[in-house]
Amino acid sequence: MNMRKILCLLGAFLLVPSTFFLVSAHAQQAMPPDILVKNVTTEVVELIAKDKEIRSGNRAKLIEVIDAKVLPHFNFASMTALAMGQNWKSATPEQRKHLIDAFRTLLVRTYASALAAYSEQKFDFRPLRAKPTDTDVTVQVRVLQAGAQPVPIDYSMEKTAAGWKVYDVVVGGVSLVVNYRTEFANVVRNSGIDGLIRDLQAKNRTLEQKK
Amino acid sequence: MRFVWVSLLSLAAGCATTGAGGDMRDPRDPWEGMNRAVYSFNDGFDSVIATPLATLYRDLLHVEIRSRVSNFFSNIQDIFIGVNNVLQGKFQEGVEDWARFAFNSTIGLFGIHDVASDMGIEKHNEDFGQTFGRWGAGSGPYLILPFLGSSTLRDAGGTALDLYVAPLPQVRPIALRNSLFGLYFVNTRAELLEASSILEQAALDRYVFQRDAYLQRRRSLIYDGSPPREREQVNDTPDSSVK
Repeated sequence: MNMRKILCLLGAFLLVPSTFFLVSAHAQQAMPPDILVKNVTTEVVELIAKDKEIRSGNRAKLIEVIDAKVLPHFNFASMTALAMGQNWKSATPEQRKHLIDAFRTLLVRTYASALAAYSEQKFDFRPLRAKPTDTDVTVQVRVLQAGAQPVPIDYSMEKTAAGWKVYDVVVGGVSLVVNYRTEFANVVRNSGIDGLIRDLQAKNRTLEQKK
Repeated sequence: MRFVWVSLLSLAAGCATTGAGGDMRDPRDPWEGMNRAVYSFNDGFDSVIATPLATLYRDLLHVEIRSRVSNFFSNIQDIFIGVNNVLQGKFQEGVEDWARFAFNSTIGLFGIHDVASDMGIEKHNEDFGQTFGRWGAGSGPYLILPFLGSSTLRDAGGTALDLYVAPLPQVRPIALRNSLFGLYFVNTRAELLEASSILEQAALDRYVFQRDAYLQRRRSLIYDGSPPREREQVNDTPDSSVK
């Protein structure tokens, strides 16, 4: 009886580390999307709270943080393709590259402003409603504000070989990708895909100068 | 006030046939020409008068005071948010709205403290425009109202009714009513200062960006955050049946 217990314990000790390694290797590859969103949001909000320079308005430093912590979890190629709609098909690989670059820069700047404005709010991370086999899920977060209806933020995420990636952000029912679709289509109709690239780059330059 | 509304709406309707939309017509926005004109009028008013006033207001008053002001107006609105929930058949939500009003008006000192939220009774977002939408009314053409901004034909009707039944316009003496209106306007604009500067950054064409965001937002609100999935849109023909 005693011997059996000891063997069991021994087995357990041997088993625990190996499962631990398995789990952590697995976590690297595909951390569940809702946990990923929660961890990244919490980490970034804490970083901002601790950083005096960012809090006093150092936008460049905030963008550095976003670049390092948030960007790896976004699929900008997907986002750009969705925002371009049909016009994506007629874009050359060169144009696509420029579009993705310019759109990414614009989104990061917008995201930085939103984060600077709202990072002191409380977040409510909703449990994920999805099957384990799903490869396309919506992760729901709500920003709680005193005396007002909470603002829902939905992250549309897809499973890729490199883990879960965000391909759309829906704030208060407004999809970022859908919102850019008409704008992009209008510019492309009037001045072509190169015109859109020029417009996006010009927009980014103006924002850069304004700091 | 009612008269002003009626004349604004008829003005809008009158211009409707003449407002040409330019070469990039969007089926949801047949009155783009007129809308852009009202938009630039609103924009001028906003940058010369509303934004400077709201910025001053924000800088002068501590955030705690501003949030009391927001709570006060928000509390009054809960009465008709409840009415609209009941009209949409959402009885539990309606009762919650009225419970919020009861608690906040009493324990919360005329609504300046949102004690109901602390008790876990959540604030809702409803108005007559959403109720009409829930009842099956389509949005109608996009419409920009003077001073009030983005709307649609349906939502403008809803807003007219919202204002018609709202307690605030009934307040007397007139001087007090006007001061309350002024405070409400400046406070609301101040709440939106951050959001409007983000919008300015994000958009290539603010008019288009704001219009699309408004239409998406209203559709989401009508279905309380979970609208039925739309079929994938094709660029040149945006879905004209958007609610």
